Amino acid sequence: MAYSDKVIDHYSNPKNVGTLDKANKNVGTGLVGAPECGDVMRLQIEVDDATGIIKDAKFKTFGCGSAIASSSLATEWLKGKTVDQAVSIDNMDIVEELNLPPVKIHCSVLAEDAIKAAINDYRKKNGLEELVFEEKGVH
Amino acid sequence: MLKLPVYLDNNATTPMDPRVLEAMIPYFTEHFGNAASRNHPFGWEAEEAVDYAREQVAKLIGADPKEIIFTSGATEGDNLGIKGVYEMYASKGNHIITVTTEHKAVLDTCKHIEKLGGEVTYLSVKEDGLIDLKDLEAAIKPTTILIAIMYANNEVGVVQPIKEISAIAKKNGILFFSDATQAVGKIPVNVIEDGIDLMTFTGHKMYGPKGIGALYVRRKNPRVKVTAQMDGGGHERGMRSGTLNVPGIVGFGKACELCMLEMEKDAKHTSALRDKLENALLQIEESYVNGNKEHRLPHVSNISFKHVEGEGLLMGFNKNIALSSGSACTSASLEPSYVLKALGLGDDLAHSSLRFGLSRFTTEEQIDYTIEQITKTVLKLRDMSPLWEMYKEGIDLNSIEWAHH
Repeated sequence: MAYSDKVIDHYSNPKNVGTLDKANKNVGTGLVGAPECGDVMRLQIEVDDATGIIKDAKFKTFGCGSAIASSSLATEWLKGKTVDQAVSIDNMDIVEELNLPPVKIHCSVLAEDAIKAAINDYRKKNGLEELVFEEKGVH
Repeated sequence: MLKLPVYLDNNATTPMDPRVLEAMIPYFTEHFGNAASRNHPFGWEAEEAVDYAREQVAKLIGADPKEIIFTSGATEGDNLGIKGVYEMYASKGNHIITVTTEHKAVLDTCKHIEKLGGEVTYLSVKEDGLIDLKDLEAAIKPTTILIAIMYANNEVGVVQPIKEISAIAKKNGILFFSDATQAVGKIPVNVIEDGIDLMTFTGHKMYGPKGIGALYVRRKNPRVKVTAQMDGGGHERGMRSGTLNVPGIVGFGKACELCMLEMEKDAKHTSALRDKLENALLQIEESYVNGNKEHRLPHVSNISFKHVEGEGLLMGFNKNIALSSGSACTSASLEPSYVLKALGLGDDLAHSSLRFGLSRFTTEEQIDYTIEQITKTVLKLRDMSPLWEMYKEGIDLNSIEWAHH
């Protein structure tokens, strides 16, 4: 199976690889997937107190090239968005942007799950109610 | 001089030796006859070429030429050998013993037989990939007609204790079939010394052409018969009908001859390079060889790099290095290698494995390049692996409640 140029680019030059301080109240962490399934994504956001804008996003991913590219792209999209805007990032947007083939759609779903998990972690830390999301159930 | 791309997927298929191609060419154009045409020189030439190749093939495995049935490849040989015995010996029993790490061509054939009403025992393997002979003995029943155990495994390269297995089969009056696809031409295989009754192998894993293989069917002590699985003109002593693939057979014969002559040299060459590769890659922290290192094919190595996913790893260099992984991220099931799982590897380590298969054409420069590229990519991917970070922080990954899909 050949990868799209965009997947190859994100894989070769991943954006925002790294770790934010989990203990920081402004940092939300989402850890999704499982080693047995061959994909684990950890996505973190750091939210600006005053504006509610995501000022930094970092990821680390164990997985195939498409999983790495999906999380790299997600961090790029998150930066500069408000938390409310970030909620609406849809996995199909990632599929489209990266030209993922059907067998790799689960990578994009995982990235969306990681975004939502990070947002909920941030909300929980800040005394906000956790959002309830619909199951995508593509795995 | 480094020649790119590097091909290290020789367990999938080998390149054809140019000497094999040279032998084949006249049989496409000049000597195109049907080996079954008895009444003119075109047929005679083809028949003569087939006879000669049959001798070359037989000689490599210590068989009589009459015991060689040409097939389209190892999969057909697996089907013909196992289904053919099941049908032919139906009056004696319906139980077959095989192993969980067999190739799908054996496992799916056995599943088919179960659907037909046969009974199959699937032996598990030890952590090193070898079977426990006691398990084999314990599985034998009065109805057992066949033991089907591969010579060497395609994923990890471990070589099963063939002589011991055949002794058990013989003692109990059971036929022994072996899929020797990965072993023939690479290590000495001798059907007499090894006590094998039926054996399948194929040209394209030993520098020969694709689409041609053989099933060895013993004629003496005991005389073995299989029921044909393809009806037609009664070729190959009635066991496999169909016009013979003369150029393929000629190439297969030549490939066998070359393996016979060069096996020792090839094995020395590939094992030296394999050991160099393996030793260098084991310098990487948390990397492990899968399968028994002692009872193993000389050209194969299977290594897991913990906390790095195999397909992601391949992507780092697959433009220049051809390899395969035990990760099955692309398959619909997302299940990693069943062979590695049978060895007791967790799914995570199975996802993290690479399979190396060297050939007589692999060069030291290519191995040096491979070591450098893999080491670089493993380190890079570990830097972006959350599992590696947790491992380094001393977090027990088993203590985490993962969201299973």
